[in-house]
Amino acid sequence: MSAIQTITMPKWGLSMQEGKVNGWLKQIGDAVEQGQEIVEVESEKIAGAVEAGATGVLRRQLANEEDVLPVGGLLGVIADASVSDADIDAFVADFLSNFKPAEGAEEDQGPTTQKIEVNGHKLRYLKRGDSGKSGEPMLLIHGFGGDLNNWLFNHEALAADREVYALDLPGHGESTKDVGEGSLAALADTVAAFLDAVGVASAHLVGHSMGGAVSLTVALRHPEKVRSLSLIGSAGLGNEINTGYIQGFVSAANRNALKPLLADLFADSSLVTRQLVDDLLKYKRLEGVGEALSTLSGNLFADGRQNSVMADQLAALGKPVLVIWGEEDRIIPVAHAHAVSGKVQVEVLGNRGHMVQMEAANDVNRAIARFVG
Amino acid sequence: MARKITYQQAINEALDQEMSRDQNVIVMGEDVAGGSGAPGEQDAWGGVLGVTRGLYAKHPGRVIDTPISESGYVGAAIGAACCGMRPVAELMFVDFLGVCFDQIFNQAAKFRYMFGGKAETPVVIRAMYGAGFRAAAQHSQCLYNIFTHIPGLKVVVPSNPYDAKGLLIQSIRDNDPVIFLEHKALYTMEGEVPEELYTVPFGEAAVVREGHDVTIVAIGRMVLKAQEAAADLQKQGIHCEIIDPRTTSPLDTDTILESVEKTGRLVVVDESHPRCSMASDIAGLVAEKAFDSLKAPIRQVTGFHSPVPFSDALEELYIPSAAKIVAAVKSVKEYK
Repeated sequence: MSAIQTITMPKWGLSMQEGKVNGWLKQIGDAVEQGQEIVEVESEKIAGAVEAGATGVLRRQLANEEDVLPVGGLLGVIADASVSDADIDAFVADFLSNFKPAEGAEEDQGPTTQKIEVNGHKLRYLKRGDSGKSGEPMLLIHGFGGDLNNWLFNHEALAADREVYALDLPGHGESTKDVGEGSLAALADTVAAFLDAVGVASAHLVGHSMGGAVSLTVALRHPEKVRSLSLIGSAGLGNEINTGYIQGFVSAANRNALKPLLADLFADSSLVTRQLVDDLLKYKRLEGVGEALSTLSGNLFADGRQNSVMADQLAALGKPVLVIWGEEDRIIPVAHAHAVSGKVQVEVLGNRGHMVQMEAANDVNRAIARFVG
Repeated sequence: MARKITYQQAINEALDQEMSRDQNVIVMGEDVAGGSGAPGEQDAWGGVLGVTRGLYAKHPGRVIDTPISESGYVGAAIGAACCGMRPVAELMFVDFLGVCFDQIFNQAAKFRYMFGGKAETPVVIRAMYGAGFRAAAQHSQCLYNIFTHIPGLKVVVPSNPYDAKGLLIQSIRDNDPVIFLEHKALYTMEGEVPEELYTVPFGEAAVVREGHDVTIVAIGRMVLKAQEAAADLQKQGIHCEIIDPRTTSPLDTDTILESVEKTGRLVVVDESHPRCSMASDIAGLVAEKAFDSLKAPIRQVTGFHSPVPFSDALEELYIPSAAKIVAAVKSVKEYK
């Protein structure tokens, strides 16, 4: 029986309780390799692919397109061709009779977000993983208009052998909406103070987009706190940026204005779900958010260009750097991936857009895990 | 995850935060400060169902208990609004609006128009509505359609805690008279609500669920019944799109029409009596503006043209149920 592997409904984000099957990428009888994408699944917030956990043959599909399954529900079965159908049927029957979906009402399973006071302002963060594990701590920093949920496909995987924090920057998510002067330096100092507040002396920083520029600035201003930098579709490496997106995001007041803009974030624009649009609208309607976003975009992206380019200073710093980019990035051009010289690894992923950590979560997670060791 | 609170707490929080932000915001109505049997300020009950509980002690002098005279205090609230206050008057049960028709329909709703745009009346009138509480015919009606009929009034019918807070803050900040209607059966509903202030704009429907087979437009509490029906129908392979207008005046006609243009089928769910209702209004809109898209006749799931019954069994029968919505959706889906 040990040769039989399940494919189950994943849990993407704390609120996910069920997911819908969008379609199978492999058919019954197909040979599959560990890490290959097998089935496409959609939660309320996002769509993505589930990977094979083992190499073998896809022997059963237990769910059809459009079926809705609870988290942990059985989607399919992978086994070696030599395993008999009777054994597989017995395994499936056994799984189904023992499977109990998690109770929706009990949300105390797993980690929950916390708030901490840093320099007189509240910051929200989520910690996953165990400080007792061998790996050094890591901090995930989202981009402009994002929040810690931008890492929902990455956070748990990266926390397999280390403690990993994700925070909401000032002006974002459920953190304070006071961004002060709204400069990269101010954001970076807040991040450094956050690390102090949670008792982390130094961490691997993983930054997406504006969060990449923040990570870079932390490395320049507080080098002792930074073990390495993983920069994903990062700002701070060149002047060009899609200011139509930035300005549109700041001014969009309703669903119809916001939805087409968000399509620019992904190579596959069908990933922009109703829930994603609604969540961002809810964020934008919080008191103080409009002002925070205007201040930040005015400082960082004035006159249609990025005002801070730190590629040369970064090379001089001598920290290990991983650069990841989606080849189809329509927010910050992929050419910036090659702006840094020195101890740099570059991964460019084809057919992926600006939110590459969501669109190619498994590839990004593996690249970062390899890089930080 | 954002914090979860009830619909009732969301309304209380919106009032509390707006009263703290703007000294001109006052609350007035029957028993809104204390309530029967309340011995002191801190434990004052705050309205018949406790929605304004705690506000009296926090905002001294700005939570005003009135005599049992709706025509009097609603008129006073409208007058105070004209003079620069932002009163939130509670009509308790919407059924009592009859005695203040003139103040609301002929005065508040008309001032801006009749004074050439120079007068503003930033008053909010809150009231409970809806059946299901065995409260009998005089305390169970859904009268949003009557206010919706009157130009000059804005009418808000939130279906969940998030919308209740954001729409109430928007109502208080709006410079026109707003009728804000709360379904009694929703008061205990829990949902994620940000602690910060935020607004939800008027005239923007929420697409509660996406689907390509049938559009369901549902008002207030009926959004929950529609969701129940849609979950059931999904298992039967029918994918419903649910639209919650959130405000019946202004009405987001674009979102409704766009959805029907996609699905070609419409079911409207409205707890009120069927004649001259939101259901018939929306059905008329779609019949006129999206006739070419329709693949089946429009169906309306409503209460009956009868007073809301007091008998348990009959009241349950009166209220549109998920089963009735399922049947209506299937009938339009299977229409040949």
